[in-house]
Amino acid sequence: MIREVYITETNCITPLGFDVQSNVEAILLGDSGIQLHNDISLMPNSFYASIISNEKINSAFEKISTETKYSRLEKMMILALEPIIKNSGVELNSKTTFILSTTKGNITALKDASGDNFNNAHLDVLARNVADFFGFKTQPIVVSNACVSGILAVSVAKRMIQSELYDNIFVVAGDEVSEFVLSGFNSFQAMSDLPCKPYSKNRTGVSLGEATAAVLLSANPATAKIKVIGDSSINDANHISGPSRTGEGLFRSIQNALKESQIDGNKLDFISAHGTATPFNDEMEAIALNRLSLQNVPINSLKGFYGHTLGASGLLETVIAIESVNQNMLFESKGFDEIGVSESINVIEKNEERNIDYFLKTASGFGGCNTAVVFEKVKHELH
Amino acid sequence: MTQNKTYIHDYITIQNNEIVLNGTSVFKIEPTDFGDFSKQAYRNFDIQYPKFFKMDALSKLAFLGSELLLSPITSLETENNIALVLANKSSSLDTDVKYQESISDKENYFPSPAVFVYTLPNICLGEISIRHQLKSENSFFIFDAFNTEFMSNYSDILLNTNKADIVLCGWVEFFNDNYKAFLCTISKEESAKYKNENINTLYNK
Repeated sequence: MIREVYITETNCITPLGFDVQSNVEAILLGDSGIQLHNDISLMPNSFYASIISNEKINSAFEKISTETKYSRLEKMMILALEPIIKNSGVELNSKTTFILSTTKGNITALKDASGDNFNNAHLDVLARNVADFFGFKTQPIVVSNACVSGILAVSVAKRMIQSELYDNIFVVAGDEVSEFVLSGFNSFQAMSDLPCKPYSKNRTGVSLGEATAAVLLSANPATAKIKVIGDSSINDANHISGPSRTGEGLFRSIQNALKESQIDGNKLDFISAHGTATPFNDEMEAIALNRLSLQNVPINSLKGFYGHTLGASGLLETVIAIESVNQNMLFESKGFDEIGVSESINVIEKNEERNIDYFLKTASGFGGCNTAVVFEKVKHELH
Repeated sequence: MTQNKTYIHDYITIQNNEIVLNGTSVFKIEPTDFGDFSKQAYRNFDIQYPKFFKMDALSKLAFLGSELLLSPITSLETENNIALVLANKSSSLDTDVKYQESISDKENYFPSPAVFVYTLPNICLGEISIRHQLKSENSFFIFDAFNTEFMSNYSDILLNTNKADIVLCGWVEFFNDNYKAFLCTISKEESAKYKNENINTLYNK
C-alpha cells in the first residue's frame, strides 16, 4: 500500500495580498495585480505587469527579522514559508526536507555581478540562504524546470513522501519580474500590450508577474486541506521554445495523472490551467483537453489576476485552487471575453458556487515540459 | 511502495577533453576549449544532427553524453519510456551571463530570443527529448555538488512506480569553459556490470 500524501498548509505573497485569505478576497472582488508600469530600469517602454511594492515586502519582513542580508526574492520566499512552518509545528528533523522551485531565482544579482553578488545568482545559494533562515537539517533540493517548476516541485515532494524518504516536505516557489525576463519575453514578441486575456480571441501574449507561494506536503492527514492523488510530467519532444501543436506532452501528462488517480476525467470538477494568453500556448491546451474529452470541464487561468509568475505560477495557482475546493467556489478566469481557441473549452466567466471533489492543475513551459497533478477534497470524518 | 532493486547499465564521463564510456576512454584530444572539443567529438562519432550547432554549451555537453548512452538503446520507430533526471551547480548561468551582457549596455541593447531560450537549465532535457523522441518524465535539479543519494533515490522512485522503464540520470555542469558531465542509465532489468558500484563511486572514478 503506497502511503497517501496531503497538503496541510498553504501561503502566498502576491500583489493582491500577503496571505491566502486576502488573495481570495481580492479574487472574489475581481481585483487584478496587473498594472501599467513605467520603469526604465526594467523596460525601455511602459509595460503591464503584476509587481509587489518594495515597501510592502520590507515592512512585512521587518516584522519577522531584523536581518538585512537577504535579497528581495529571499524575503518574499521567507515571508511565504514563515507562517506555515510556525503553524504546522513540524519538527525540522531528518524526516523533514525543503524544496525550492524557481525559474530564474536571484537573476537580478547578475546586474552587478561582482564577487558575492555573482555567487547569489546560484540557485543552490538561494536555497541555502532560505533554508538556513529556518534551520532545516537536510540539504535543500532545487527544482528548476522553467515554468512548470512550482507544480513539478509538488509532484517531486509527493513522490518522495510516498517512497517514505521523508514525512514532511516544505515547498516554496518564487520568481521576480526582472529586466532579464521582461527583455527575454519581449524579444520573443510574447508580451501583451494590455493586461493578458487567457483563451480570448483578442489575446496577444503574456503579462509577467511576481509572487512566492509555499505549501507543506505531509503524510499526516490530521490537518489536511487536500490530497494529492496523481501526477505526471511529460516532455513534448517537439520544440524547445514552442508548445507541441498536438499538445502531446500535456495530453500524456494529464492521461498519466488521471490513471494514477484512478478516476475518470469526467469526475474532474474543474481545471486550474496554465493559460499564459500567448496564441500558441492556449491553443495547445485546448487541443490537449479536447483529445482527453475534457472540453466541458470548467477551466480557469489565474494569469489575469497575477500575470505569469514563471516558476511560482504552478504552486501559486494550486494554493488558490485549494481555496476553490474548500469554499466550493469556481473562480472566474479574469480577462476572458470571447473564446479564441479553435477547439471549445469551458472557460469560467463568473465566480460560481459549486461542490468540488476533484481538480486538475496543469502547467507547461519552455523546453517542452508539462506537468499535471490531480487533487482530491479531503472529507474529514468526525470521530 | 515496492522497492525493487535497480541496476546501472552504462555510464559516461565527459571532462578534461576526454570522453570515457563504461570506464574506457573513447575520445580524447589535446587541451582545447569546449567549443572546439564538442565540435571534434561530434565529428568523431559521426553524429548527424545539425541542430547541435545551435545549442548552448550546457545543452551540447548533455547532448553528447546522452548521444552515446541512448543511441544504442533507442529507436525513433518505437516508444522509449526513458526518464531524464539531470542536475548541476551552475544552472544555465554560463548563458545567463551572456544574455545579461546583451541587455546591460543600453547603447548596444540586443536581447536575442535564440540566446534567451537557453537561459533555462531544463532546455538540455528538451534537446535530448527531441533528439531521441522521448515523451517521458523529465526534471532538472540544482545542488551545490552532485547529490548522488537524492538522484539515485529519485530515479528509483520513477522506476518503482512505473513512471519510467529506464532513467538517464546524471550531472551536467558547465560554467566558463569548466565542465563535467556524468550520465548513467538505470533500470530494474538485472545487470551484472556494476554490482559493486553505485552512482557515487562511478562519478568519482
